[in-house]
Amino acid sequence: MITTYLFYFLSFLAIMFALMVVISKNPVHSVLYLVLTFFTIAGHYVLLNAQFLAVVHIIVYAGAIMVLFLFVIMLMNLNKETEPHKTPWLKFSAAIAAGLMLIVLVGSLKGAETIIATNPFNGNIGLIENLGQCLFKDFLLPFEVSSILLLVAMVGAVMLGKKSIK
Amino acid sequence: MSAIQIIPINWYLLLSTVLFTIGVLGVLFRRNAIIIFMSIELMLNAINLLLVAFSSYLSDSKGQVFVFFIMAVAAAEVAVGLAILMMVYRNTKSTDINILNKLKW
Repeated sequence: MITTYLFYFLSFLAIMFALMVVISKNPVHSVLYLVLTFFTIAGHYVLLNAQFLAVVHIIVYAGAIMVLFLFVIMLMNLNKETEPHKTPWLKFSAAIAAGLMLIVLVGSLKGAETIIATNPFNGNIGLIENLGQCLFKDFLLPFEVSSILLLVAMVGAVMLGKKSIK
Repeated sequence: MSAIQIIPINWYLLLSTVLFTIGVLGVLFRRNAIIIFMSIELMLNAINLLLVAFSSYLSDSKGQVFVFFIMAVAAAEVAVGLAILMMVYRNTKSTDINILNKLKW
């Protein structure tokens, strides 16, 4: 019973904080609300028996990516409400378009065939042992390729961040 | 008692659909390029949540491994994207995407 309440509570918080990311005027507030959204999503991972993924999510997203965002915002001095806003007409049409997309997605998922949890249900797949077995046996090549991707991203970021490119 | 036996998967489908739509709304609604980046992160997280939900319901750890790869790609994307944004800011003194409309035509 408490799991159901926890699910509703976390879902409500996630949607509220996600909306606040979009609505709030100050970019620093947006980043902080996004961190809170990531924490609620990590809570969902714990509810879904993906404990290791929840920890990695907090470390990578709330710890690394959001700090990067905050650094960039502080470097650009954007912590004031300096940004120009769209015209009310454009905002209205954006909200209508997003609402229509929500309706279409929900409508198309409503008719989908629902799946039931496998029985007997295996609660250990989110633990690090099983994930490591899967990652280093079945997905070894994509793992190595993603390391190359991270190297390329680092080189690209350093290249772009230099003062002048000769 | 875990959530898998109690909560039907449709609730997770609905939740991640709503989160994805909020991300789309952020991309359409704002003009600040940093907020648009954050909305893209929100969309990626909605997809991650759905992948984890399906992998838990089907007792298959491959879905969770995919979430790892999505996280790696998101980190790379953010690093390069924010570097590009810094360069745009250095040249135009603004992060307004309407200044960048030369790429439009």
